[in-house]
Amino acid sequence: MAILSLQGVTKRYRDLIAVNDVTFDVPQGTLFGLLGPNGAGKTSLIRIITTITGADAGQVFFNSAPLNSRHPEQIGYLPEERGLYRKMKVGEHLMYLAQLKGLSKTEARARITSMMQKFEITDWWGKKVEELSKGMQQKIQFIATIVHRPKLIILDEPFSGLDPINTNLIKDEIFALNREGTSIIFSTHRMEQVEEICEWIVLINKGQNVLHGRVADIKEQNKEGIYRIGFRGKLPDDLSGHFTVISDTDNELLVKADHGMSPNALLRELLDRQFIIEAFEEVKPSLNEIFIKTVNGQARA
Amino acid sequence: MARPVHKLWIIFRREYGVRVRKRSFIIVTILMPLAFAALAIGSGLITAMGAQAKKDILVKDASGIFVQSTTDRDNLEFAFSDKDLATLKETYREEGYDLLIHIPPFDDLSAREHQVEYFAAEKPSITLIERIESVIGRAFREYKIDASNIDRALFDSFRTNIELESTAVDERGESLGSGKMAAIIGTVLGIVMGILMYMVILIYGQMVMRSVMEEKISRIAEVMISSVRPFQLMMGKILGVGAVGLTQLAIWMVLIPVVLTVVPMFLPGAATDMQSMAAMSQGAETIQQMESGAFNMQSVIGEFFRLNWLLIVPSFVIFFLGGYFIYSSLFAAIGSAVDEDLGEAQQFMLPVMIPVILAFFIMMSSIENPNSPIAVFGSIFPLFSPIIMPARLPFDPPLWQILSSIALLLLTTLLFVWLSARIYRVGILMYGKKITFKELGRWLFYKG
Repeated sequence: MAILSLQGVTKRYRDLIAVNDVTFDVPQGTLFGLLGPNGAGKTSLIRIITTITGADAGQVFFNSAPLNSRHPEQIGYLPEERGLYRKMKVGEHLMYLAQLKGLSKTEARARITSMMQKFEITDWWGKKVEELSKGMQQKIQFIATIVHRPKLIILDEPFSGLDPINTNLIKDEIFALNREGTSIIFSTHRMEQVEEICEWIVLINKGQNVLHGRVADIKEQNKEGIYRIGFRGKLPDDLSGHFTVISDTDNELLVKADHGMSPNALLRELLDRQFIIEAFEEVKPSLNEIFIKTVNGQARA
Repeated sequence: MARPVHKLWIIFRREYGVRVRKRSFIIVTILMPLAFAALAIGSGLITAMGAQAKKDILVKDASGIFVQSTTDRDNLEFAFSDKDLATLKETYREEGYDLLIHIPPFDDLSAREHQVEYFAAEKPSITLIERIESVIGRAFREYKIDASNIDRALFDSFRTNIELESTAVDERGESLGSGKMAAIIGTVLGIVMGILMYMVILIYGQMVMRSVMEEKISRIAEVMISSVRPFQLMMGKILGVGAVGLTQLAIWMVLIPVVLTVVPMFLPGAATDMQSMAAMSQGAETIQQMESGAFNMQSVIGEFFRLNWLLIVPSFVIFFLGGYFIYSSLFAAIGSAVDEDLGEAQQFMLPVMIPVILAFFIMMSSIENPNSPIAVFGSIFPLFSPIIMPARLPFDPPLWQILSSIALLLLTTLLFVWLSARIYRVGILMYGKKITFKELGRWLFYKG
């Protein structure tokens, strides 16, 4: 089942189409990557999902119901352009944002207290926001995003400006929330993070959905039949025409197989040679490569 | 509470609470009445000091009238000399006189003009000249009375003090009250209300604008907008800041009279200065009234309560709210449209300020002539009326004018809040774009 379903969503501004007929589902309980180059329309899309703006055409379903103004209370959104009221005290500020998400005073206080304990920042309650470092403020913003236990969390570049320790802290929290069943949309152009975190992705380019699906499937579809072979002994020089050596180093060989050739066929050929095979693996393209290939392919088209 | 209203309430509470607890708010709220008292007392003292400043004046009285007069010399120090004028002109300054006056011989009792010349190193003030003229004039009058053998009692009885009282009545034949006292009270009240509106619009309107800009600069705007509608955020802020303004006004309304009553008690000699303050603001005629006892507290209070407060108070509140909403929503829209650049904001503030300033000037002229066509127009035209109509209220404008003005004001308020909200919702999420008026116009038609 899909927590979020977009069907033919389009958003036009005067001189540009920010989102152009985008359709995709975010399956319930997944870590979902919303990818795209700068200016692809990610933020416009998120603003539609969070009901900040409306779509000009198409429909959005949240939990199978057409998106309405009550849904934002089940969504936690950490925008890329994020900040806090500098003069407010941390505790007050979190209380304020939590109550705006529909929590009662007592509920808000209890949850904020327990989350501050979790992040070991209980002594920040009475501190003014402006006294905190940028990374500390990010933690507060993250707490504000998840305090109302949303069913769907949208994080736009959540790790920008964070040091590795805090990045891990928040990453762990994201995984923990996901294990509890929360669906998470993770918007970024940092591919290594997507690779690490996301199970599903959609790639937006120039306002259009150019790639969508499970990360494993996408990699499978985009693989080019390249194999890495670790070996000892003398390098073979007479592979059959179905296989091309891309590169060879001291003890590693990259071989591209023709379309339709199975890894077994390659292995069978190699086994008869004068050398010992120490490692054999299929090289799957990184998301980064797929991303660049797809985006560039579009640019050329 | 319905959910959107509840959110509006949460926003309102924060916007109000944050400002009211600020140290600067508390300081300004308490210091302002003290500053006001200091100003009142200070200016009173200065006027009093100016009036009492001694001037040493040397007089060559060839007429022999002034030198013999016993009339009150109004705190001016006169000395007389018979030396010839040319010598005196050489020496009067060395002898420490500020002024040399030469009164030529006076023979013709029926003469109505008499030229007196003066010499001074520094040009004397108009007031000083007028005081000297009046002192010498009085001496001449006394001289003429005596020389004509007129009975003094008879002469004094010629003076009649005229009080111009209105006998205007309304349709039901009830007196509209008022006389000069009512006009004075109306004028003061009108000016106070008009200036108050002007200040409220400027100070609190711009407070709203700065606050919106801050929200945009600190990047909290999008975080907020993911929880509440832009309209709720804008209205919560406008209402919150407005309530801060009302709180401040309410505190002042209590504190200022208290301070003005209490402080002079500790300043001996300053107590009467309130009178001179009043006199200054109400024109010279009042001084005579005060002397003749007509300006007594009773008649002030009497007239004060004869004003139609049942009409004035609710109307004032309506115009206050209308004016505040129109202008603060416009300022909110401006704040949302610009980035951190205050100069850019000023470009958009100008067209908003022009009607406010125009209204202020029309208001000041309306006080002089509350039923002039320009005053009537200004008090009905909705961009001016919040400043001008309150100033006209003490002068009993026709009811139809008040009602049509209120109706127009309410419609305009709705229109401007709506227009501003449409600009605000786009502007608050727009970064790094150079905004033009054309662009703002376009935002009005963006779909939600």
